[in-house]
Order: sequence, then structure tokens, then C-alpha cells
Amino acid sequence: MNATANKKANGKAEAMLSAENVSLSFGGVKAIRDVSFDVRKGEIRAIIGPNGAGKTSMLNVINGFYHPQEGTITFKGEKRSEMRPHIAAKQGIARTFQNVALFKGMTTLDNIMSGRTLKMERNAFWQALHVGPAREEELKHREFVEEIIDFLEIQAIRRQPVGKLPYGLQKRVELGRALAMEPDLLLLDEPMAGMNLEEKEDMSRFVIDVNEQFGTTVALIEHDMAVVMDLSDRVVVLDHGQLIADGTPDQVQNNQDVIDAYLGVSH
Amino acid sequence: MTTDGAARADTFPKLLLRNAEKFSDCPAMREKDLGIWQSWSWAEVLDEVRVFALGLKKMGLKRGETIAIVGDNRPRLYWTFIAAQSLGAIPVPVYQDAVAEEMAFVLKHAKIKFVLAEDQEQVDKVLSLSDKVKSIKEIIFDDDRGLKDYGHGHIRSFEDVQALGRAELDKSGGEAWLKEIAKGKGSDISVILYTSGTTGDSKGVQLTGEGCINAAADTVEFDKLTENDVALAYLPLAWVGDHYLNFAQGMVAGFCLACPESPDTIQEDLREIGPTFYFAPPRVFETLLTQIQIRMEDASRFKRWLYRYFMDVASRYGEDILDGKQVPLSGRLLYALGGFIVYGPLMNRLGFSRVRVAYTAGEAIGPDLFQYYRSLGLNLKQLYGQTEAFLYVTAQPDGEIYADTVGPPVPGVDLRIARNGEVQFKSPGMFTGYFHDKAKTSATLTKDGYVKTGDAGLLDRETGHLKIIDRANDVGKLKDGTLFAPKYIENKLKFYPNIKEVVAFGDKRDFCTVLLNIDIVAVGNWAERNDVIYGSYQELAAHPEVYKILEGHVDEMNRSLAGEPDVAGSQVRRFLILHKELDADDGELTRTQKVRRSFIAARYKPLLKALYDGSKSCKISTEVTFEDGSKGSITGDVKIVDMKPYPAEMSKEAAE
Repeated sequence: MNATANKKANGKAEAMLSAENVSLSFGGVKAIRDVSFDVRKGEIRAIIGPNGAGKTSMLNVINGFYHPQEGTITFKGEKRSEMRPHIAAKQGIARTFQNVALFKGMTTLDNIMSGRTLKMERNAFWQALHVGPAREEELKHREFVEEIIDFLEIQAIRRQPVGKLPYGLQKRVELGRALAMEPDLLLLDEPMAGMNLEEKEDMSRFVIDVNEQFGTTVALIEHDMAVVMDLSDRVVVLDHGQLIADGTPDQVQNNQDVIDAYLGVSH
Repeated sequence: MTTDGAARADTFPKLLLRNAEKFSDCPAMREKDLGIWQSWSWAEVLDEVRVFALGLKKMGLKRGETIAIVGDNRPRLYWTFIAAQSLGAIPVPVYQDAVAEEMAFVLKHAKIKFVLAEDQEQVDKVLSLSDKVKSIKEIIFDDDRGLKDYGHGHIRSFEDVQALGRAELDKSGGEAWLKEIAKGKGSDISVILYTSGTTGDSKGVQLTGEGCINAAADTVEFDKLTENDVALAYLPLAWVGDHYLNFAQGMVAGFCLACPESPDTIQEDLREIGPTFYFAPPRVFETLLTQIQIRMEDASRFKRWLYRYFMDVASRYGEDILDGKQVPLSGRLLYALGGFIVYGPLMNRLGFSRVRVAYTAGEAIGPDLFQYYRSLGLNLKQLYGQTEAFLYVTAQPDGEIYADTVGPPVPGVDLRIARNGEVQFKSPGMFTGYFHDKAKTSATLTKDGYVKTGDAGLLDRETGHLKIIDRANDVGKLKDGTLFAPKYIENKLKFYPNIKEVVAFGDKRDFCTVLLNIDIVAVGNWAERNDVIYGSYQELAAHPEVYKILEGHVDEMNRSLAGEPDVAGSQVRRFLILHKELDADDGELTRTQKVRRSFIAARYKPLLKALYDGSKSCKISTEVTFEDGSKGSITGDVKIVDMKPYPAEMSKEAAE
């Protein structure tokens, strides 16, 4: 309620990430054509568009999984041309996947704990011994993970292998693992895909709470328009790899190009 | 041991002062936070309550005013009861899963000024009612998650209120607070509990401190509860059961109350805490048994054999061993072996390993279900009670357990059966009247001061134990004059794990019919094992194979009814499986999960008509309320099945 007003107030914050004239092609297929936009610190930014618009490709570019042929990505003031996912992770970008990518045989707790790997100072050897400083460190991280479990209300499945959990809960665990990295920028690839109304509402609440409570910047791809319009501060619309609109949910909703892209144009 | 102290302390704040002195370092409360059990000693609880009370006073809570408590079982919510009482204010717990309208009724009726809400969800709900309930002045929340931006003057955190109180304590000491407590009298209203409304709008039952404490002292002695006992608080705060069994008994006996981590983790928490005193409505025992049965179906063949063999041993000797009766040596040895292999691990899994006394009440429990747990070695007993009595009216003493009775009146209770079969009583914890409702109060009390329970019952001639048949108003007759006790039929059918809910009809009709709800867990598991594909409750419920299974259950029940001359005529002739689950949000169940028969009859009128006009199926569209309050509808075609009744044994005429 008044939280949204708050967010709008700091809408003029600095850009955390900006993409400039990014183009990406696979052989002859142009997935992204000359797209520029930015993600401001502390906002929830949505990337939307019809199927095949290049949304996930864009996310993969930000994440360092794809390398754009043209254009640059600037993250926290640092320009980069070559990028790898593990470096992106170190710099503070965490993500979830369209199809849940968890360790199915491991428990919820262990899965989220794995998100803390980058924060561990002792090496695997010390961790295995589990004595002295390594133990202390693990306890510290465990406490952080427990806070996430509490935050996402998944106490009841703490010790259950995630492979047995329903899909909606797996999505939540995945969000938990991304949060365990204490990211500056959280990328969510269709966080509500395949969920029922109630699960969607829960997930929306978690995304808003993450943004408010931890001040995490969020960039998300989503199909459900109602969700996007409710959640996000600003929206980028892609169609056939091109940026066709960029602005607040209201502006985007009334944009003729966007309406045409979604509903088709009469000829 | 506790009665001497309890006799002096006639209010809960006075009891707290006593406990802080007497049991100072014993754990009073536990709560699991971030996966670790935290505990508070009685002395610490006193400190927490004191500063919170002083904070409330500073905020302007006055003697005689009301404060609503909305949320799950959390230590701070319990502390609020005592803090409010210490100032002479009256706590009013509200069902936390109540939808906004129901909550508005209670808040308005109780003229609530302060609200203690557990979290954002409850704060939002209360805020949405602030237009309707003008009396609300202050909202205090326990969990600050998502509430940081709400911070304006009249919504504040528990900690902030405590800080106010702490400052007050540092400035002027705690003397004033002790004086406030001393001002409280045992005859003051200690709490107002709203009934769940099985029969319509809920009523505010007023209870006095003295009444509560005297009643609790009696049962604490009856069950020999001490400060070494532990209970898990998971029942709704607003229900008399929680207020009595956990709060009042805990305060009187000084035992430790553990709060679960979240409502979903209760089963895990039970196992970790290992309570010694346990209460659950029959529904919970039913669910647990269903889960056990499902898991056993999935177990290996050898384990299944072991389970079956030793459960058979248990059903032969278990109860007798529990009651201290004579059992042959071979039986004892087999039972001991079973305890090692099956019962012990099973009880541990269920969290019952340390339970000394367990109670069930609220509804009749199926005899087989009751015997199952007792044969495992769980000292499960039945009690019969009411909010108006502050729970206990009768309870089964150790060693005198019969599945079909609820025991003799507990000490101090005066019980009688009225001429129309209704149970009436007088008890030490008896209510003083409904809040702001003189008419209903006088309708509930007889001229000589007995409370009318509305339940039909009889006293067993041999044992003097009370037997409850049904709600007095519900017992009816078929057109041909046969006795029709709907609860009796419903309970019989509900014992099948596949059936979750049953609503029986037959009063003033030609024959008896039932509406069924399948248990989605049990039937879903069957579907999975048999490769039956379904997308929703509705689809599974309408599956022909599912109908066939339930037909078998109804048939079996009919056969057993045929063996009981009194009720043989009320065998089920036609049944159907409802296309949606009965839900409290739609008003079909009460918040304590009892079916509201007349409401259901009105809501599913077309189905009822179809049940009696011989049609083979019926189209129905039903409005449903989702958890967020929005509405939708479910439409479906419901099939109706005809049953063949069995000829009644020892009856002169065979039906058809």
C-alpha cells in the first residue's frame, strides 16, 4: 500500500545496470537487436513480451551466459565485454530459472546452503573437517539460511528432499537459494510460470518483500500481465528482439505498439 | 500441590507472580525460532509481561476495556492475555483464519479498542475493517515482516510498546503495576471467548478469573499435572480448548507451553518437543491414522506383514495392558516385542512417546479409531465440554475408559439429564453470561441456574458415565417413525479413510441419504497407485471407480446398521459425492470444522431434491470463496447412486 508510494519516491535512483545497444544473434537468427535500457537501484523491473521476443536471451546476456556481438553491459559502474556466469555471481547477480534447476536429491536446507558457497572463506577441506573456524563460519551461514527459510515460510520442508516437493514450493526454494547469495541484483525468469492463483499471490508477496526488506534490486521476466502490472515499478517490452516500449506499467499498458504486439494488428 | 497456591491467586496475573517466585527458573514457554528452540523461564515471562503491560497502560488501555488477540500460538500473544488482565482489561481472542466479515462481527460486538495482531496478514485484515469497526484505536503487531512501512502513530510493534513500558518501569518502578494487579478481583471478567457458531452467529462467553482457575485446579489435580509437564500449543487461541488446556492449566500447574515454529511444522515440532500432555480433536487422530495407513500401503511387503501382525497383537492385549487388567504372560511378551519393533517407533514418529495424558473431544470419535491409539499404548481419554462450562463437564478417569461414553462428571460439576433428554450442568468454571446479550443468556440458563448444553445424552446405568447421542435438535425421525441420529451415521462413514466429510439427511423424510466428501489425500494416493489421472478434486470425486469404492463403504455401513435394531431403518438408500470440498470459508463448516447441516441443506437444495425424487444425476453450480475473499463458482454434474438396504436383523419386516 504505502510501500508503493515509497518506491516511486526513490525512482530517480542511480542505474545499477545498464544495457547499451545490445545485439545478439545465433548464426543468422537475430535474438536481440540494438536494445538499450537500465535497471535502477532498488526497483522492480519487468521485462515482458510475446513468445520468442528475446526475454530469456536478454536475461542470459545480463547474467554473462551469452556474449552479445555488439553493445555493452555496465554493472555497478563497471563496463564489461567478456563475462562468465560465475563472475556475475561474484559481482552480486543471482538468478532463478524458468525450469527449476535445483539439486533434486538434496534437502531444502542444503540447496539453500549451496547458495552460500561463494561467501564461504574456508575451503572444502576445512569445511569437511567441521572444526574450529570452519564450524563457526558454517554456523554463521546456517543462521542466515534459517532467516531465509523463515522469510519464505518453508520451515515445514526444511529437511525434505526438494525433488519430492510440489512445483510451487520448488520455485520458492530456488528463490531462497538465489537470496542466500545476498545479491545486489536478482534475476527471476518467469517466477510464476505454472502456478495457481494462490501460489502466484504468495510469490508476488515474497518478491515485494525481498525488494522492500533487503533492498534487493529485482529484474524479472513474466507472462502474467496482471502480476507484472502489480509488481513492477518500470517495464521494458521486447518484441522480435526489439525494444518497443519502456516506462511505468500505466504508460506501457496504453502504448499502441505494445497492444499490437500482444493482440496482433488487423490488416 | 497446586491447589493451595491457586486458592490464593484468583486471577491469572496473580498466578504469574506466584509462578515467577515458585518456579522461577523452570521453563514456562518455548518457541522454535530459526530452527532452534528458545525458552523463557517463569521469571523471564514475568519481566516480559510487566513491561508490555506498562506499555499498554501508557498507550491508554483502561480497566474494563477490551483488547483483541489475533494470530497463531505465539508466546507474545499468550503474554498479552496476562498483560491485559493485569490492567483489568479484557482479552478477546479471535479466530485467526476468520474471514474479514466474521472478524468484523466479533470486533464490533466486543467493542474492541486495542488489537494485537500477529503479522502483516492480520494487520491488513484489521485495517480493512477499520471503517466498519470504529472503536479500534491502536494496533500492535508481533512479527514486523513487511510492516516496516506501516509505521504511523497507531500501528506499532510489540517491541515498541515494551520499550514504552521499560521507560516507565525505569522511571517509576513496578510498584504501581503490582497495585493494579492487587485491584483485580476473582469475580472480574477474565476473558471473553466467542463460540464458533455451530448454530448461527457467535456469542461472547464471559468467564471470570476465579472460575477459570478453580476449574483448571480441579482438572490439574485429576490428571496430576505438574511443572515438569510439557504441552504443545497448536489449537486456535480463540477456542476454549486452548485457553483451558494450555493457558489456564499451564498457569495453574506451572507446566511448560511450547509454541510450534509454524502451523505447517506441528507434526515435526511434536516429535521434537515430546509433550507429556496432549489434546487433539478426533479429526487430527483421523488424519494421522490416514497418513499411517497410506504410508503402510507404500511400505515393503515384509514391513506390511510386521505391521499387520503386531497391530493384531496390540488390538488383543494393548488396551488391557494400558488399563492394568489381567493379560496372559505370552500376550505381555508379544506386546513388549511389538513395542520394540512397531509401537515404539510409530509413537515416536507421531510425537506421542512421552505423552502421559491425552484427551480428545469436540466430536464423537469412532470406536475403532479410539481403540487403535489406545492399543498402541497412548493413554487417550475422552472428555465432554463446552465453552459455557469453561470446557470440562465430564472426563474419563484413568482405567475407566469406554469408547462410547465420555466419562463421569469431573469433580465439582453438577450434571443432570432433563426430561427431553438434554444434558444440563452447573460447574465451577461456568460462564457468567454472554457479552452484551441478555436474551441469549437467559435462553441458555434454566430457571434454577443450570446450563442447557443442547446435546442429547443419557447416563449409563452401570458406570454412571455420560453418553452423548447427538445434538438434541438434530435427532429426528424418518416418516415411518424410525429413530434418525445423523451424527451416528456420519461418524460411522467417516471412519473410512477415503471419506473426509459426511452430511446425512432423513428427518421427516421417507429414507436416509448422505452427501459425501472424499479425502483427497487418501483417494489421491489410491489414484496414483492405480494410474487414475485427475486434474482437480471435482474430477477425482466424479470418477466412476471412486464412486464404486465409496459404494462399497456405504454398503458395509448399511450392513452394520442392519445389526442394530434401533437404527436399522435408517440405512442409507441413496448417496452422492459432492463436487467440492466443504469449507469453513464458504460457511459450510464452522471454524472448528463441524458441518452446518441446515446451511448445507439450503445451499445444495437442488442436490437434496434430486436425492429424493429418484433422478440419476443433478446439475449444480456453487459459489466458492477463495482465501483472499474473492469469489468464483464451481459447476458440475453430480451422479447419484441407489443402495440396496439389508433386512434388519431381529426385525419383523424385511425392507423391500
